[in-house]
Amino acid sequence: MTDADGTAWRRSSVLAVVPPARPRKLAKVPFVELADGRLQGVVSSGSDIERVYVSSVAAGSHAYHCSTNNNRPCGGLRGAPCKHLEALAEEAVLQYGVDRVARYLRVDAGEVVRGGADLLARMDTRHEPTPAAVVFSRFLRHLAYLELPDSTTALPELHWFPATGAVR
Amino acid sequence: MLSTQLAQLQENVPVGLADAEAVVAGFDDALVGGFARVGDEAAAALAALAGAVAGTPLHDRVAEAVAKVTAGSFSQEDLAALAGARSALLGAAHDALLGQFDAAVGRERTPWSASVGVPAEVSAPRGAARAWLHETAVAGWRGVDHDLLSAVGTPVEAALAEPGLRRLAVLLDGLAAELRACLPVAMMAQVPARRWADLWSRAVLLAQDWSSPADDVETISGRLLPLGVDIHEHGTAIGVQVHGVLEPADGGAARLVRTTVVAAKVETITGPAVWRLLQAHPVLLAALAQRRAVTVTDLPLHGGDLRWIDGQARVGEPADPFAAARLLLTTAVAAATAPLDCHPTAIAEPVLLEGYTVRQDDDRLTVEWDGQQLPVAVDRLPAAGPLTPALVAASSCCIGLLRFDGGRWLVQPLAVQATVKRKPVEAHNGDWAEGITDPKVAKVEAKAGDAVAVLRERAGRLLRR
Repeated sequence: MTDADGTAWRRSSVLAVVPPARPRKLAKVPFVELADGRLQGVVSSGSDIERVYVSSVAAGSHAYHCSTNNNRPCGGLRGAPCKHLEALAEEAVLQYGVDRVARYLRVDAGEVVRGGADLLARMDTRHEPTPAAVVFSRFLRHLAYLELPDSTTALPELHWFPATGAVR
Repeated sequence: MLSTQLAQLQENVPVGLADAEAVVAGFDDALVGGFARVGDEAAAALAALAGAVAGTPLHDRVAEAVAKVTAGSFSQEDLAALAGARSALLGAAHDALLGQFDAAVGRERTPWSASVGVPAEVSAPRGAARAWLHETAVAGWRGVDHDLLSAVGTPVEAALAEPGLRRLAVLLDGLAAELRACLPVAMMAQVPARRWADLWSRAVLLAQDWSSPADDVETISGRLLPLGVDIHEHGTAIGVQVHGVLEPADGGAARLVRTTVVAAKVETITGPAVWRLLQAHPVLLAALAQRRAVTVTDLPLHGGDLRWIDGQARVGEPADPFAAARLLLTTAVAAATAPLDCHPTAIAEPVLLEGYTVRQDDDRLTVEWDGQQLPVAVDRLPAAGPLTPALVAASSCCIGLLRFDGGRWLVQPLAVQATVKRKPVEAHNGDWAEGITDPKVAKVEAKAGDAVAVLRERAGRLLRR
């Protein structure tokens, strides 16, 4: 917020409402998002290059699940979040910052939270199977952005979305 | 731009601007609560909107729409009328502000002559977008929830599949991502009411079955001298808009033009890596990175928008943007903005500022000379280029875009000449278009790995099964 009473915030057209995602290594966890009321994403298998795991934690209820994209349950789920879920949470914190992840999941992160796994440990989690298809298709849609053709017609609406982030 | 010109610009606030701003602010606050139940304050604000367009051809239609929205039973057409009225007011503000800028700096501008468009065929993606925008207006920003935001996926995906609807798709995608990140909106201390109402109104207009004219464009050949590049970005789009002076081959007067290239992306590709998404336009990237002129042949020109076709452009001799700005900016002829695009946020006028000092308080920068002050739009310095707040603070000369937001003029630097450790340095937004030239930044980027390559590998393996 730029001033005490928030007038500039309410009356300006161009504001950095959401800080841009921070760059992170994508090899292990190519896809993370806070959407559909969940922290959800895709974690590459460490052993099989063709296999990916779909992991999610629901906001509020903190119900978690992890399975392959073919709905085969993750073998690492033994009454507690598996290493894929921990990796997902870690990368989410790298990408969005701990405050945004905690706020979205409705976790009380009042004290110092060290990272995503730490945040996960603070939740009262429970296992609840959810279909992988929804998240996986969102991942495929995400990848499909890279296949879209460029556009060379003027896009005046982008003046509301300046590139930002020069802080070096 | 001289300090006396700036003084003239800042002193002459357009008559009626404050009134228009107040009417728009009332509408924006009404949209925060939504139109499911319109309270007294919101009803008064909507009535004021109808009052503001009294005496224009919009009045009867808007008055009817206001009555229906206030009564709680309204259609998509009623919302289009409200969005139209709000856009008309801000369009008038744009015209007044730009007129004062032109008068202050003596910029010549050709009026808009093309038609504003024609009714288009009924389009399913547009219909889906209108339905979503209607639901959003009913809910209000405070009522937006996960389900509503999941529902935007269908219109966005459908619009992305049609090149002619890219504007609508990119806008809805950007707005929805922002709303998603702000959930629950009810917990926000302040809602960015003006911004979201801007985006909602523009989306409503773009979702009408109406097409902008594409056939009545001229084509132009000549030498393009880039002045600087403005970089735009949200989670799933990267756009670069090059401002330049075009010297027509037929010897006509030099024109101020801009050319845009937009690529789709994902939010984990950001910073200098975004240039790699624009590699289908090597001539444009070379001209930016090497600061060269470009010879263009038969490119379509629509108002001031030069449609980029990389195959019809050739990289030419080195061309110093500061020299081009110094020599040509005062005489080059600008073009009017397309009527439906007029909005104060659309104002992005290239200017050359010289002989100033920069005052720094906290993270704010202000360009100062002779008692004149101009705030710097620090948030508009992109991570994709070498300009930083520190470099702007050390500068004494800059090519920038003059902008208007939050009731004041600002400058967005595109290139600066500065003195760092007693040595002159120069930096342009487009310097890294062909790769990062700063070894320190390159090292950090290399450490983060190649996001584009990783995702392309994943896409190759998973997408076509």
